[in-house]
Amino acid sequence: MSLLTRNVCRALMQGTYMTHMGKGVHTTSVNADKNVCYAPHSISTLQSSSTEGRIKCTLIPGDGVGPELVYSVQEVFKAADIPVDFESFFFSEVNPTLSAPLEDVVNSIARNKCCIKGILATPDFSHTGELQTLNMKLRNALDLYANVVHVKSLPNVKSRHRDVDCIIIREQTEGEYSALEHESVPGVVECLKIITAAKSERIAKFAFDYAVKMGRKKVTAVHKANIMKLGDGLFLHGKIIPASPIREDDRGQLLHADGIEPQSVRCHGDPNLYGNIVDNLASGLVGGAGVVAGASYSAECAVFEQGARHIFSGAVGKNIANPTAMLLCSANLLAHVNLHPYSRMIKNAINKVLTDGKVRTKDLGGQSTTKDFTNAVIHCLT
Amino acid sequence: MGIPQKAIDSVNANKIGLKGPLMTPVGKGYRSLNLALRKEFDLYANVRPCKSMEGIKTLYDNVDVVTIRENTEGEYSGIEHEIVDGVVQSIKLITEEASMRVAEFAFVFAKENKRKKVTAVHKANIMRMSDGLFLRCCRDVATKYPDIKFEERYLDTVCLNMVQDPAKFDVLVMPNLYGDIMSDLCSGLVGGLGLTPSGNIGKNGALFESVHGTAPDIAGKDMANPTALLLSAIMMLRHLKLHEDAERIQNACYQVLKEGKALTGDLGGTAKCSEFTNAIISKL
Repeated sequence: MSLLTRNVCRALMQGTYMTHMGKGVHTTSVNADKNVCYAPHSISTLQSSSTEGRIKCTLIPGDGVGPELVYSVQEVFKAADIPVDFESFFFSEVNPTLSAPLEDVVNSIARNKCCIKGILATPDFSHTGELQTLNMKLRNALDLYANVVHVKSLPNVKSRHRDVDCIIIREQTEGEYSALEHESVPGVVECLKIITAAKSERIAKFAFDYAVKMGRKKVTAVHKANIMKLGDGLFLHGKIIPASPIREDDRGQLLHADGIEPQSVRCHGDPNLYGNIVDNLASGLVGGAGVVAGASYSAECAVFEQGARHIFSGAVGKNIANPTAMLLCSANLLAHVNLHPYSRMIKNAINKVLTDGKVRTKDLGGQSTTKDFTNAVIHCLT
Repeated sequence: MGIPQKAIDSVNANKIGLKGPLMTPVGKGYRSLNLALRKEFDLYANVRPCKSMEGIKTLYDNVDVVTIRENTEGEYSGIEHEIVDGVVQSIKLITEEASMRVAEFAFVFAKENKRKKVTAVHKANIMRMSDGLFLRCCRDVATKYPDIKFEERYLDTVCLNMVQDPAKFDVLVMPNLYGDIMSDLCSGLVGGLGLTPSGNIGKNGALFESVHGTAPDIAGKDMANPTALLLSAIMMLRHLKLHEDAERIQNACYQVLKEGKALTGDLGGTAKCSEFTNAIISKL
């Protein structure tokens, strides 16, 4: 009985809290009723999630096929009755007039601490002559310094390489992506690559912490310090933490090795541009941009997005994009906010659909549509 | 340490050179000899054809790409400094002159070798001015060669597509660092640096070389695989317009690799370097 009372109280408190937040009053009260009814049974695995109330998450559909993929995620969330509310923002660099202001998006993510983001297109030329892309601005504003992409072979996805399993950690707030460029004299352009000790150390610490947490055995620092002796040299130096196993790979050799035997279990720590390259290369090894999930972390918040960022503009509106990566992102988000049962449910459903192999999108050699795949995943939710 | 004056004079007189791997001592104070040679002869374009060969089993069997890399500036300009403690600034230098030169070379190469397409690899969405300049130069040159298809691709997209389907690409032209990465990546696709030739083209001559390491552990044991250097020599013959001789040696070399009877240790065989060489000679 005391348990019941406690649940009611908690639900009520959440009700008022949610009202205060100005959203989801109705859903919360329904939820609260449920809690009252099922209170004696609710000491299940789902207890923590269903009693902690609903989670708010910022949603940025992005450009290209992003909105279609995000819609797929929303459908699955609806079908699985996942207690997550999305706060949606249209955010785009190629459609600046329609885009929500950067501050609003940043504030929302900072408040919700989590976000699902489609891919933002980055045009070669900015309308205002700015060098910074919207992606960079968002990362810098939130200080999303670490990008983590776990590249893992998926069941029944045809690719040349088997048993790929590596984690790529990329510093993404400095380096080549500093957007500091100038034309000294006509026809001569200087582009600055900035490497700082503070940020190199931060990402190195992150990489090793992550490796320890995930039970990985080796961290590879990817660099080109033989050429950029000071810049990459500093990055490398930041990596050297006493008593850590470290192997330095020349990046040329690394890529070379990756092309031939990517089976070894690796955890990479890379400066910005190199991370981007290795991300894409590794994604190519396991089946393409449509199947690899990634996430960017700051000290405070996490933004879940595809591992290899391509807007796939040729497929817009054709209902052919592969939503696997985005669905995996959403599953990672659920794990991040401690909704592990739901996360497992979605991951298992995706694995089942891929293993069955009946529903495949075009990039994996099938003819099914985005919608078909989404429905198949929903069908496999248990 | 340094390049002997005799070697410099010789290249200057002959306008052409063939070179094995050079060892650069790791550590401070030594400038890489490769770099010195590049500077000395103003070798602005690095060309590396990567082609799948029969008999060499890799995961890819339809690779036929040529990477052309700008060799003198970009990320390898060597201009770096520490602004304040813990903050380093490296400068990537892109000039119109060098970009035009390498773009021009790429299209001429494509035309002479009957290639269909040139792809400019860049990251102009991030480095809008520097890579933007490089891209603009490629576009300008492309208009002069209407028979050759020209396309622009982001570096990350090329990496992604290259490991999925290398047949999508033909000739790739790019700034220094990207070229470094892509050329080694493509070598990896066809069996490694021990099998890929390389040529450096400059204003004052051309230098052909094998780009693999010096392998001091097997030096003097007659065990090394000479394929890369041999293929580089074939490239040199083509550069000298001795196409027939090039064809003859290339066919012999490919045939020996295909038959797989006299392969060196690195390719899983037991033949010595001299036996491999003799096998090729007997096929000429």
